[in-house]
This record gives sequence, structure tokens and C-alpha cells, in this order.
Amino acid sequence: MNLQTYRANLIRFQSLIALFILCLALSILSDKFLTVSNAWNVMRQISVNICISTGMTLIVLTAGIDLSVGSVLALCGAITAGLLRNGIEVPSGNLYIGFTLLGAVIAGILTGSFLGAFNGWAITKFKVPPFVATLAMLTIARGLTMLWTQGFPISGLGDTFLYFGTGWLLGIPVPVWISGIIVLIAVLITNKTRLGRYIYAIGGNESASKLSGINVNRVKIIVYTIAGALAAIGGILVTSRLDSAQPNAGTSYELDSIAAVVIGGTSLSGGRGSILGTVQGAIIIGVLNNGLVLLNVSPFWQQVVKGFVILLAVIIDKSNSKND
Amino acid sequence: MLVVDKITKRFPGVLALEDVSLTIEAGKITALIGENGAGKSTLMKVLSGIYQDYDGQVIFKGQTVRFSSPKDAQEQGIAIIHQELNLIPYLSIMENIFLGRELITQYGTLDKRKMKMRTQELLDKLKLSVKPETLVASLKVGQQQVVEIAKALLTESEVIIMDEPTSAITESEVEVLFEIIDDLKKQSKAIVYVSHKLDELFRIVDHYVVLRDGKSIESGNMKGITQDVLIQKMVGRSIQVMRKEACEKRADNLLTVKRLFLKHPVRAKEDLLKNITFSVQKGEIVGIFGLMGAGRTELLETIFGLHPFVSKSEIHIENTRIIINSPSDAIKAGLALVPEDRKKDGLVLGMDVKTNICLTTLPDLEERGFLSELKESLLSKKYISELKIKTSSPYQQAKNLSGGNQQKIVLAKWLATKPKLLLLDEPTRGIDIHAKSEIYKLILSLADAGLGIVIVSSELPEILAVSDRILVMAEGAITAEFSAKEATEDSILKAAIPKSVYENQL
Repeated sequence: MNLQTYRANLIRFQSLIALFILCLALSILSDKFLTVSNAWNVMRQISVNICISTGMTLIVLTAGIDLSVGSVLALCGAITAGLLRNGIEVPSGNLYIGFTLLGAVIAGILTGSFLGAFNGWAITKFKVPPFVATLAMLTIARGLTMLWTQGFPISGLGDTFLYFGTGWLLGIPVPVWISGIIVLIAVLITNKTRLGRYIYAIGGNESASKLSGINVNRVKIIVYTIAGALAAIGGILVTSRLDSAQPNAGTSYELDSIAAVVIGGTSLSGGRGSILGTVQGAIIIGVLNNGLVLLNVSPFWQQVVKGFVILLAVIIDKSNSKND
Repeated sequence: MLVVDKITKRFPGVLALEDVSLTIEAGKITALIGENGAGKSTLMKVLSGIYQDYDGQVIFKGQTVRFSSPKDAQEQGIAIIHQELNLIPYLSIMENIFLGRELITQYGTLDKRKMKMRTQELLDKLKLSVKPETLVASLKVGQQQVVEIAKALLTESEVIIMDEPTSAITESEVEVLFEIIDDLKKQSKAIVYVSHKLDELFRIVDHYVVLRDGKSIESGNMKGITQDVLIQKMVGRSIQVMRKEACEKRADNLLTVKRLFLKHPVRAKEDLLKNITFSVQKGEIVGIFGLMGAGRTELLETIFGLHPFVSKSEIHIENTRIIINSPSDAIKAGLALVPEDRKKDGLVLGMDVKTNICLTTLPDLEERGFLSELKESLLSKKYISELKIKTSSPYQQAKNLSGGNQQKIVLAKWLATKPKLLLLDEPTRGIDIHAKSEIYKLILSLADAGLGIVIVSSELPEILAVSDRILVMAEGAITAEFSAKEATEDSILKAAIPKSVYENQL
């Protein structure tokens, strides 16, 4: 019995243990790793992935997936940047609408929510598999980004806007605050609310959930909408940090995000996993990236290493659930 | 032919089989009888090579054998036909039968001609009149089972183990199956037959072996034993299935269904339900009997809002017409549906008992927008004790419970919604006799408390035992109605057989 609890705890904290070992190893290998500035640097870098991955976790828990987050992130970042800098001009009506900072940010987040809701709508209304629906959105949103930006970065967004991505509050970087609050809310939703319970139930057994009177389609649309909004927030953070909305921003971010979710122990078949697991997954990926850079490992090798880490994490997770 | 000698199989913390011994003879049908959890499936898994580490020995044709895999067992001549059929739906009969042992021409390509010939021979032998190229998906469940048997015959199996072969097929298909089994017997194959349906066993089986709590309790000749004695040996005590006392006509309309139709999802001209009209009174138990494909399940599902309504259909609850477009509408109207397949539709298996019980009533379990751990735990504990759900704790995952206890969880989650009308679809399928009698008792007491109950079952004795009134369905329509007094097995069966079957046979 005691051994079992011990084992259970070991499994529960395995990604934390892995993270600890990783940090320990990097501290020995590089004297730049274990410094306050590097720690904040890593946290700042991964806060975007944490934003996206929180939404991705909710989706994966319902046994879905969202491949469009990277493109949605780029589009929303570009829309916020574009509105902030240029506003909207309607030549025929001789109309010009200027945007305040808050207005531009809200417009960006609404765009993300709308694209997410569109994903959810296609998935529930037409029974398009999430993989396909969000793959389509990946292309659509990237195309819209190119149209909106005409293929050029939008830069020079003003110091106030840069505060989101580069500022500090009470000694902690602003993006870390933002992602932290998002994580906190998501943890509350998943553990303490009806919506959260329904998300797990749908992932665990969709048809039983439907028969239990759960409005499965509504829950799914809500979840994809949340993920879209979070991708938009990620887009705003990225844009703010670079002081520039890049048309090709966020490329392959969906992969880092899925990796964080999977390393965090959330099952791709749904119903099992947690937000905090994903946060650990995102930190592991972030620390790994950072460490490999500090160790002067070539970026090409970094990708190879990251791939194996993902594979290893899933293999360990599988063997654990088999022993359950 | 096959001797099992003192087999013991341990799992961590559980002794699944203890010193089990039995003999299976060629040209005989041996029944393996026992409640769920008695060790039948473990024994079958030992015999078919799924489990390799066990104590004791299996002696096959005079030699001690230990199969290294199901394939090994099959090659040596032991085939098993599982309850859940293991066919690949979008491959043809031929491709399924030869899966993993395809015939190859000298050029290394598939020898379709020869495989087709062999398949045709087997199908002829089993009197299945379909082409070898037919997709398995387009076959009826009964026919699929015959394909499984054909698969077993292809490898010249000498022992054929059948696990609950009649659980999903119609009465007429059962007859065909029994003929086939009889033929196999004449070809001196040894048949091991596992079933919960005792009346079947008395029809076809020669020998029986009773397992209880992992031990072989008794074996003997089927002719020398009665059903009651057999049940007693299975459960270790005698259980009487109570019969419901006729409820006084309370003429208190609970549910009225008028002109219910349901279109076939693909074939537009075909109706799955045809002009169904019936009513249920408060405190009344209405049994619905029908063969597979009669539309029983579709009827319950349509009432519960799972299929689109036709505009001329009406549903009234307590004499008020209501519109039901989704299960949540149905729940609001006071309906509850215990589905046929509890693993697929009833439970979230990976969630714990508590969460499953609370799933239907979460809005009531909230406090200031958040779920209340206390309320959830009180609710689940209440039903765990009321329904005597055997679980180590409310936090045990549903998948670790036995079939009977899982069914009780499903009942609990619906009773939690305080329904007026319970729709039960095969509520005792695949659960052992003890749990069955507990569920019957529960159903009767719920009816006593004034709930209306609609129970769909393909087991006639069950329908006859609990119903006040019996409706019979065939081909999507109600073909007969009996009061509990006037109903007999014969009259019900006659009404249940589709007319088109008669016509086909003419």
C-alpha cells in the first residue's frame, strides 16, 4: 500500500522531477543558466506558449486538437498592431476610425475568439474532424494575415503597447503575470466548475455525456472559442515583445503547444490530464530550449533533441497508464 | 480432448482461478456457467493463450500444452469466438476469414481465387447465403457471428469456445446458430459454450461446469439437473425472481406517446418507427419486447430526444404536450434513460464513481458558481449505500467495477435527477443473477413509489416477470399488447416475428 502511494506520487510528480533534474544538469553545465535574469528570461519566453497551451489543453481534454493556434496568433497580433498604428480607413465613405490601445487589444482578442468559435462551429455543426477543421483554419488565418499585412511587418507600436511584452510589475515580467492569471483561471475552471467537469466528461465518453443531458456542442464551441482568445493574447504578447507584428509569426507554435500538453501528461484521446501538467510541459520545453542555446548547441540539433524528449515523455506516460 | 488440471491464476491481490479442473470431450457441448467474476473469462483466456503464466496444466489431446499466444492456440486447434466480435467491418468476409493467413500465389500476390473458393465452401457448410466478397459491415450481427465460426473452421479447430454467442442476435438467428452448433458436434468438435441464458443451455448443452469465486464447484450431465438447482449452485444460495403484483389501475396518465415516427437516417423512404402510440400510467411498468432490429432502442431514444421528431408526433407528460429536442429537454421533462450499452453510452469509465453519479445533476451541486465537493460527496454516498454499489470508495474509477455495479451507477445518476419516468433499455444485460435480482427489486420499489417505468428487454422471462403490461414490437411498429395475466411466451413471440420473415421463408 505504502509502495503504491509512493509510486503514485512518483508518477504524479514525474514531470516536476524531470524538470528538476534538467535544471540541475544545466546549472552544472553552464554558469549562465542559474541566474535570476536568465530565469526571468525563460519565463518571459514561455509565457506565450503557456497562453496557447492552456487553451490547447482544454481542447485536447475534449479529445479534440487545434492546429490553427499559430496562424490565429499571427493574425490577431497583426490586427492589434495594424489597428493601433493605422486604424481603419474606408476610402469610399471618407471614413477613418482610430483605435485606442485598449480598443486594438480587444479587437485582436475578439478576432481570435471569433476564429475559435468558427472552428467549434465547423466541428460541431458539420461534424468535421477537429484535425481537419483546424488545419483549414491554419491556412485561412495565415492567408488573412498576409492580406492584412500585405506581407510586411507592422512596427513602431508605441511604448505603452510594449509594456505587455517587455514590462515589469512588482519585480515580475508582465507576460508572466498575464500567463499566470490565465493559468489560474483555467485551473479553477477545470477543477471547480461545471464547464470543467463537462470538458473531462466529453473527452472521457462523448456519447454518455450527451445522454446525460450535457450540451456537448455548446461545450465544444466554448472551448474552441477560449482557445482562440488565448491564441490572440499570445499574439499580442509576441507582437509587443518584438515591437512588430510579423506576418510569419507563430509558425509551428501549434507543435510546441501540443508538445507541452503531451509532455504534461494530457492524453490526446481526451478525458485525462491537467492544466498544471501542461504548464510543467511548457516549462520543460522552455528550459530545454534555453539550455541548449546556452550550451551553444546548434539549432538543428535542438529540434532533434526536442523531438526525442516528446517521444520519451509519451512513452513513459503510456507505460504508467498501463500499470494503473 | 481437452483437460484442465488444477489451474490457478493469480492477479495482484486477487485469486482469479483456484485449482480449477474440468474435462471437455469431443462431440459434446460443455457449458461453462457462473456469475460475472466467477472466473469464466479468465479461464477462457488461459485456454486461448492470452494468459501464459498460471499454475497447473492444460492437457490437449493427451499432451501438456502451454500456448504462447492466441495465434499459437488457434494453430494447435483451439478457437475462441468472443462476445464482442473481432471482425474488421470494411473488409470482405473472405478477407476477414483469411486475415493473417492469406493464401499466396507463386508470384507473391494474394491468391484471391483460391481464398474465394475456400470461403464459399465454408459459407455453404454454414448455410450462410451471401457472397464471399460481401463487406462484413453490411451483415447482420447474427451473420457476422457465422463468419467468426467460419474463421474457426478454416483452421480446422477441434475445440471451439463461444462466449455469450446469443447475446446480440435475434431468435431466428439463434435457431440457425444452434443448428450449426449441432452440426459441429456431429463432426466431433468439442464446443465450450458460455452463456447467461439458462433456457438455452437446457436446449443444447450436454455437460455443465459451474464456476463460483474462481473455483470449479460442480460438473455433471445437463439432463440430471433443474434450472433452480443450477442457479443455486451458481450463486451459492437460492434466489427467487419476484413477480410483480398487478398494480391497481391508477388511470393516472404519466406519459402518452402519439403517432411517433422515425425516418431511417440513410434510406429516406424507410421508417424505423411507424406510428407508435402508447401510454404509461404512474406506478406502472410497461415491458417492451421485440427482436433485434424491431426498433425498441430507437423508440426509447426518440422519446429521449436523441433523434429528430416528425411534426405529427406528440409526446405528453402528465397530459401536457411537450417538445423534446435533446436529452436535456427530456431530463427537464422528468425522463431518464438507462441505455443499452452502459460502457459506451452510460458511463464515463475513466472517471470515478462519484463523478459519474453527479454528472446529471451538476447544476444542483454548485455553490456560488463552483462545484461543491461536499454536496457531490453527500449525493454519491447516498446512492452508493441506497443501491448497495460495491466499490472500495466513491473515488474508485468506474471501469474497475463489475457489470452489475456499473449498472447501478447508471441507475444512481438517473435517480439523482428525480425522474417521473424511467426508460430502461436492457437493464440487466450481461450482469450476474445476484445483481439482476437486486435491480428487479429496485425497479419494483420505484414503481411502488409512483414512477412510471418502460423496460425494453430481449429476455422474455424478464419481461414476463416485471411488467404490468407488455407491448410487442416488430419492424418499427407495435404489433400486440398484453396484460401481464394474459401474456404467454408463445403469444409474445408470435407477435414479435416480423411478417417479412415469414414471406421470405415461403
